[in-house]
Amino acid sequence: MSLEQFKDRNVVQNYVHIPVDKPPQKPMDKFKQVVRRTFKGELFVGLWVVFREMIKRDFHTVKYPLEKLPISPRYRAVHKLYRLLESGNNRCIGCGLCEKICIANCIRLETRYDEKQRKEVTEYSINLGRCIFCGYCAEVCPELAIVHGQRYENASEQRAHFVLKDDMLTPLDFLKEGKQEEFPGFGAVSPNADERIKKTPTAY
Amino acid sequence: MTTTGFIIATIIKILVVLGLFSALAGFGTYLERKVLAFMQRRLGPMHVGPYGVLQVLADGIKLFTKEDIIPQNAVKPIFMIAPIIGAATAFIALAAVPILPEFEIFGVKVHPIIADINVGVLFVLGVMASGLFAPLLAGMASSNKWGLLGAARTAIQLLSYEVVTGLSILAPLMLVGSLSLIDINNYQSGGFTDWIVWSQPVAFVLFLIAGFAETNRTPFDLLEHEAEIVSGYATEYSGMRWGMFFIGEYANMITLGFLASLIFLGGFNDWGFIPGGLAIVLKVSFLFFFFLWTRAAWPHVRPDQLMWLCWKVLMPIAVLNVVVTGIVLMM
Repeated sequence: MSLEQFKDRNVVQNYVHIPVDKPPQKPMDKFKQVVRRTFKGELFVGLWVVFREMIKRDFHTVKYPLEKLPISPRYRAVHKLYRLLESGNNRCIGCGLCEKICIANCIRLETRYDEKQRKEVTEYSINLGRCIFCGYCAEVCPELAIVHGQRYENASEQRAHFVLKDDMLTPLDFLKEGKQEEFPGFGAVSPNADERIKKTPTAY
Repeated sequence: MTTTGFIIATIIKILVVLGLFSALAGFGTYLERKVLAFMQRRLGPMHVGPYGVLQVLADGIKLFTKEDIIPQNAVKPIFMIAPIIGAATAFIALAAVPILPEFEIFGVKVHPIIADINVGVLFVLGVMASGLFAPLLAGMASSNKWGLLGAARTAIQLLSYEVVTGLSILAPLMLVGSLSLIDINNYQSGGFTDWIVWSQPVAFVLFLIAGFAETNRTPFDLLEHEAEIVSGYATEYSGMRWGMFFIGEYANMITLGFLASLIFLGGFNDWGFIPGGLAIVLKVSFLFFFFLWTRAAWPHVRPDQLMWLCWKVLMPIAVLNVVVTGIVLMM
């Protein structure tokens, strides 16, 4: 399945109504049904169906660790913390909205004023063992600093690994190569946002 | 041939048959998994060896090294001996089956049959039927409810299909006038049109249906149907004891393929341009594939449906078939 098909939500549902006959009541009708079913060769239809699938060789197995299905860009997996594109500073302004809205109580941040009286985030941790990946933090963030990523394989050997800020924050060299892609999912502005804006009555 | 030569030749044949058919039974599990996977649009075993061919070896290592658990309340000697009955009878049945036409190797003429007895069919069917003691004893000895249900189902299955097997095979035997599988094979030596399946199509179908019941294959795999009775008679078994049941089952499938080919499908006679040895291998392979094919395609029946089918439908048809054959032979 391609990503375009996957993202298409306007699925046409081609339901086919299969007529179901009423079960026969009279003995003669029952006998007729038995005879009809005996000589209809339904068993051979079954044999043909599986044989057709065998020679078609159209497998739907995904060899999971080697190949993965595409996931929606709106998928809510392990969070990412983004940096400002020019300066490389952490986008987070330490407003604490995510900490406040988090219904699983798994976000914790500590802030202080730096020497220029600007707010600075000293600690930022998300306890992923407790997080329910609801996406409220990404939705509420005014700076698009915390978003959801695509990394859904989060097994680890130690619980401490589930709170590492360094794993979530975009690495600096990664940023310089221009690989920090804006998140199209929850809380973000959609790519065709301009087209979607309806003109208010005062404009015309 | 001298007595010593005969003994040596027989021992060699036994070793070849035992080695070859246990290897084939193991490879059969690979084929089954692969064919079922393809029919269900999966890949099947892929990682051990090219296309998963060596999966059998991995399974073998696993089965051999697994702990051999014997439940506390099981009847120990019977529990331990039941899988051996299953595997042994499957191979003993092969003793009277002519596997290939006669051939010459190192200047020695070889009859590829261990014991050419004059009641071959009777011997093979009898030994295969006694193989049903394995699930019966295993289920009853393992002190497990599922095992007991599996054993009970073994009994009703045996009683149901065994009548059909005997009666269905009676009509071709009346045509041939001999119980030796080699005589039956030679009766069909006239080529494709001489096959008994053309003169006895009803008997062929009945024999196949009963054969499915005999080898516990879908649609008659009542003994160990996972959806209903966990694993039936094999619930308490682990490791190689469990494996022996399945070597026995696959060997039985191959034996049944040989029986059906020899009695109905022309055996190892030359088939057009195909030499006899290759012809019978092709026929047995097709029948083996047919076993797997039906497993992918058909649902299985309930025990009461099996009894209904065998006693009320198949047995009357088989008796009618025998009577009609007799009348035709008399005229």
